[in-house]
Amino acid sequence: MIASPAVAPTLTSADVERIAALAHLELTAEEKALFTRQLADILAYAEQVQAVDTSGVPATAHVLAERTEREDELQPSLPREEALANAPDPAPEAGLFRVPRVIT
Amino acid sequence: MNDRAQYEPVIGLEIHAQLRTRTKVFCGCGTAFGAPPNTQVCPVCLGLPGALPVLNRQAVDYAIKAAIALGCDVQPQSIFARKNYFYPDLPKGYQISQYERPLALGGGLEISAGGGKRVGLTRIHMEEDAGKSLHEGFPDSDRRTYLDYNRSGVPLIEIVTEPDLRSAAEASEFFARLRDILVWLGVNDGNMEEGSLRCDANVSVRPVGQRAFGTKTEVKNVNSFRYVQKALEYEIDRQIDLLERGGRVVQETRLWDSASGRTSSMRTKEEAHDYRYFPEPDLPPLMVDAGRLDAVRATMPELPEARRRRFVAAYGLPEYDAGVLTQSPALADYFERVAVAAGNPKAASNWVMGELLRVLNERGAGIEGVPLPPAALAGLIRLVDAGTVSSSIAKDVFARMYESGRSAEAIVAAEGLAQIDDETALLAIVRDVVAKHQDAVAQYRAGKQATFGFLVGQVMKGSGGKANPKLANQLLRRELGA
Repeated sequence: MIASPAVAPTLTSADVERIAALAHLELTAEEKALFTRQLADILAYAEQVQAVDTSGVPATAHVLAERTEREDELQPSLPREEALANAPDPAPEAGLFRVPRVIT
Repeated sequence: MNDRAQYEPVIGLEIHAQLRTRTKVFCGCGTAFGAPPNTQVCPVCLGLPGALPVLNRQAVDYAIKAAIALGCDVQPQSIFARKNYFYPDLPKGYQISQYERPLALGGGLEISAGGGKRVGLTRIHMEEDAGKSLHEGFPDSDRRTYLDYNRSGVPLIEIVTEPDLRSAAEASEFFARLRDILVWLGVNDGNMEEGSLRCDANVSVRPVGQRAFGTKTEVKNVNSFRYVQKALEYEIDRQIDLLERGGRVVQETRLWDSASGRTSSMRTKEEAHDYRYFPEPDLPPLMVDAGRLDAVRATMPELPEARRRRFVAAYGLPEYDAGVLTQSPALADYFERVAVAAGNPKAASNWVMGELLRVLNERGAGIEGVPLPPAALAGLIRLVDAGTVSSSIAKDVFARMYESGRSAEAIVAAEGLAQIDDETALLAIVRDVVAKHQDAVAQYRAGKQATFGFLVGQVMKGSGGKANPKLANQLLRRELGA
């Protein structure tokens, strides 16, 4: 029993700007307009799903219901050169990763 | 200065405790402190694409153990969630934590400060630690931050209290008691210098009598009992001063600097605080059934408070002794074995708190590796109780036992340390002392009582400390009276 959404979801350009900022993305004006429309479509679909009556149906957080845990046993770590190999700006002599300074 | 008494501080704590597992919470990398940077890392804890977390069973059991000990309700189902934010110590761009459905709810802990009260717990949840950022100490530190991910993915529990604390002293005591319990349970090593136990505090002040809370600040980095106290005292004063001068408290995160003794506003380039939590799709819900709770409960040691009370009730120990002896499960176990084997709990307590702890402290050693088995110390106590050795000789015997691992009986026999109870032998020593110290004897006979103590001392010395003091007294009085 899927009902059509009563209210069309509203998503403003300001919402998209905020989501982009949280994701550290810079968007052009065209992209903003495009993503506003596309995200609104996705929300509309979600609204449609939410219209299903799920009272009395337990929430499924995951499709695997059984316990999947590992024993507390040591496994080999990566050799450090390998760990640092794909880093954009490593400091191999110190064995450290390096990024632009993050505190003011 | 303002009138502090007109304001009431309201404090809640968030304590992060590292669980004492061998490996990280979602991968098999080691957790050893002090390893060279980035040598305990793998695709999972580096957040490499496609890597999948698998939960460490032991970490869950430790978290459950802490929750049970703190009287929490362990939830039959809890859910891991992604806490999203950009900070380079989190290589995935999110921290795996628990949000809406934490592992445990409620619980509490008694403290004695403030006239004695119960501090409520809001929740305990599991999460992973972040890596370590190094902001200083490199030639390009003005432009760069360096990162070591050895800590990334180390298992933590976060323990959140209700805003029930009303002074810096209460907060400090709560933190200390919580540490004692976690260490006692064996789920945390209590090492604050190495960051195994960390404390953040939410602080506000309000006029006495006001129900609504004032605006709070979060004080980070208060990682010792003393710093909790000092940082909170500073922050409480700062907020009261602000209000008294007509200002207002700004809700913000402040960093405690132990060197300057101040808190200061902490600003990072990451200003957006919208964590956009959602259920972690890579991990199934954590199900804890009654069977698992029972299994963990079966591994619980008797808690310090209960053991303290039992030592007082069952062994008749003073509160003070019971408190000292329940510093750690190992010490309490040791005492209890000595007490039972010796049949004299108070003597066992005196020896363990006195000589044994003194020697251990001198050597910086722990009770775990003590070379003196409880039965051996009990043997020495029995020799004292039977009057075979004097208590001063017993200390000497104790030292030799500790060094050699030989029994008290063997040492006493081999070294001829048994108390001299033989009247004939002792009388000879007494007569010798009387003959050698005619001046003192004359003084005593002239009425100077204090001289008697000197003469007893000479008899003890003459016997190498082995004279039965009671008998020595009797014989000396008899000789002097003659």
